[in-house]
Amino acid sequence: MPDNVILKISNVSKSFGAIRALRGVDFELRRGEIHALAGENGAGKSTLMNVIDGILKPDSGEIIWDGKPVRINSPTKAQKLGIGFVHQEIALCPDVSVAENIFMATTNISRSFLMDYKGLEAKAREVFRQLSDIDPSVLVRDLSISNQQLVEIAKALTLDCKVLILDEPTAALTDKEAQVLFGIMRRLADSGIAIIYISHRMVEIFDNCDRVTVFRDGQYITTRNVAEIEPGDVVNAMVGRKIENLYPDKQSKEEASPDIILAVKGLTQHPRFSDVSFHLKKGEILGIAGLIGSGRSEIVKGICRLDGDVSGDVWLNGEPLILKHYQDSIAAGMVYLSEDRKGDGIFLDMPISANVSALKLQQVASPLGLINRELEDGQAERLGDKLNLKCGQLSDPVSSLSGGNQQKVAIAKMLSVNPKLIFLDEPTRGVDVGAKAEIHRILRELARSGVGIVVISSELPELIGVSDRVLVVREGRIGGVVEGDMITEENIMHLASGLDAQELTG
Amino acid sequence: MEITASAPAEPTTSTLHKLLRMRETGLIAIILVMFVIMSFASPYFLTWVNMRAMVMAFAVEGIVVVGMTILLISGGIDLSVGSVTALSMVIAGWLFLQGIDPWVASAIAIAACTAIGAFMGFFVTRVGLHHFIVSLAVMVIARGACLLGTGGRPLGLYTLPPEFKFIGQGTIGPIPLVIIIFLVVVLVFDFMLRRTTVFRKVFYTGSNEKAAAYSGIRTKKVIFLTTTLCSALAGFAGIIYMARFGSAQPTFGQGMELNVIAAAVIGGASLTGGAGTIFGAILGVVLLSVVSSSLALLDVSVYWQDIIRGSILLAAVSIDHYLNKKRS
Repeated sequence: MPDNVILKISNVSKSFGAIRALRGVDFELRRGEIHALAGENGAGKSTLMNVIDGILKPDSGEIIWDGKPVRINSPTKAQKLGIGFVHQEIALCPDVSVAENIFMATTNISRSFLMDYKGLEAKAREVFRQLSDIDPSVLVRDLSISNQQLVEIAKALTLDCKVLILDEPTAALTDKEAQVLFGIMRRLADSGIAIIYISHRMVEIFDNCDRVTVFRDGQYITTRNVAEIEPGDVVNAMVGRKIENLYPDKQSKEEASPDIILAVKGLTQHPRFSDVSFHLKKGEILGIAGLIGSGRSEIVKGICRLDGDVSGDVWLNGEPLILKHYQDSIAAGMVYLSEDRKGDGIFLDMPISANVSALKLQQVASPLGLINRELEDGQAERLGDKLNLKCGQLSDPVSSLSGGNQQKVAIAKMLSVNPKLIFLDEPTRGVDVGAKAEIHRILRELARSGVGIVVISSELPELIGVSDRVLVVREGRIGGVVEGDMITEENIMHLASGLDAQELTG
Repeated sequence: MEITASAPAEPTTSTLHKLLRMRETGLIAIILVMFVIMSFASPYFLTWVNMRAMVMAFAVEGIVVVGMTILLISGGIDLSVGSVTALSMVIAGWLFLQGIDPWVASAIAIAACTAIGAFMGFFVTRVGLHHFIVSLAVMVIARGACLLGTGGRPLGLYTLPPEFKFIGQGTIGPIPLVIIIFLVVVLVFDFMLRRTTVFRKVFYTGSNEKAAAYSGIRTKKVIFLTTTLCSALAGFAGIIYMARFGSAQPTFGQGMELNVIAAAVIGGASLTGGAGTIFGAILGVVLLSVVSSSLALLDVSVYWQDIIRGSILLAAVSIDHYLNKKRS
């Protein structure tokens, strides 16, 4: 039924410099269907959606709207065609009413001098009649996240949209709220609107969507009817890539040690995570996997007391740990490398040596608290050499370094306290391939020398490449543990998206 | 340490390069140029009397600048310093008139100002309000307290003992004690800010509060302490003013906060925190004073002086912003 196709993408490519984000992809969307788009981070889903919404211009390829080729060169053009895009982050004005938010675009182009609040509210009420019973006169600030999401959807619908793009709309919703959203999605689809639904959660895709298209590495892989396939098929299609051997050798059987560096039992912090128990053995690298928002970083920050109080027990090298503050964690030899390097990992405009010494200034100071510049520079130089840091002078600000070298400074900061255990959250984010391999080698050396290494990463190939065991976190709980040959993308994705542990394959 | 070709810094020239790029170097150059021009323009400018008057004019305010600079580095700001300085005078003066020993009265006044700083620090770190708003409120409250305690009239403290007045009026050799106190405060805090671990934490906190917290630094404690220190130094300055004038003036120090912030910012302190030096801030004070003094000697109307001072501030900050942008 080709006349049923509202939007067709054929052979679209888009590159950012050397990175080919989309390589000749195809995509077809029919009226009245809910079409899931699946793929790992970086597979090209967002790029394609941004092309459809006119935010990005494709390098080549064709977009056919309702049977006619079109050029979508701006979001305004996309709106005129009838494409509504609900982004993952809610972008509403919290201090004005729901009605005003919904009609922001109309107000913007309105010719009348005065605001017609009554008219806006009446129109908003009309829009919500088919959605839910949100009062258009209340402030957006006073709505729950799920209702704010509905306002975003209403905003898209007022533009008379024929295609609605929902980018991970359930990421911030509870199960119940998500179910309400799915009901609304189905009603909209029944009225003829085509919905593109982006999600990582297999269960949602299989319960609510009609078809699914899978992308991988910027390429179109397949489109299938959901009724005809299994979740495992989708995961396989998403992953199906050979992992190159960029990683250092793993721990051998002979190296395995029975000594336990870290033991965690019943760690809980409502509502972020609950009843988390695991351990880390000497010499091994433990990976932590999980979808964004699963609570993997929160667990680790909880162990170090970086983010509020937690309950549960933690032992370091057999000693029970009672920590009140992150300082105590540092003193005990347990440090955390932040996932957001620029946001909270380093002091960008401060000298390299001052960055390296930040965790324990006493080490480079006299007993009276006077900083000894020679000691401080010496420490930075020693650790910089160890990590093969490439820099000009140690007094240069960290902002003068490349991403990979900035990360080495952050790691040097961790090493400056001779830690017993390092948690590394996304240790190679924004780091080029060469430095990445180096960081992985350093981690393995540290593990061999007896330092406990726990790596959190969104990049499955990285986790699989460096970890001896992988802990999978799902919705604030341990979804499962895989080790040895069982560490595969399929198994991790299975556990992370909530399928049965029995289905794992080696 | 490996030095790669891609790194722009060349070790041989970089020390000189760095010195030239430093804010302090530029300020000294500007001040020197003004000195040269002024010594030709006015025979009176380069005299001992004028120099002494100029330094006396900024010395006490310079003590307040020290506290403000440290607070700015930690990421805060304090609009109440002028009022707090006046309140310190008024408290000490009033207590003295009640028959309390002037030294004890002064200690109580400084303690009260320190408590005001702690009070602001509480609202900033515990309640979570912005420095700007908290100190704006305290600025108004402290000024109101000054007027309330004095009925709006200066308190004449004619019976202050000479050894107390010596703080503000005495000289050691040819040098006024006020200037010596100022120099000691500047040198001590400049040294501490450059060298001690305690003050290094101020830089970490101001540079990136979250990263500092993720390095185990108690950032709220740091901000609390810098806020308190700034008010304490303002209180200390108030006592010196009292000893110098022999009176407590409830309306003293209006607009002082702007001068003090301007001097610190001209001297390189960043309003977003993380950068600044005491030495630079004092050069900022000197520059503003030289400008004022020059304009006065050249018989320029006082009304023009404010316009020119404001313009200098705007120019200094614009140039800095431009250079920073170019660098990154």
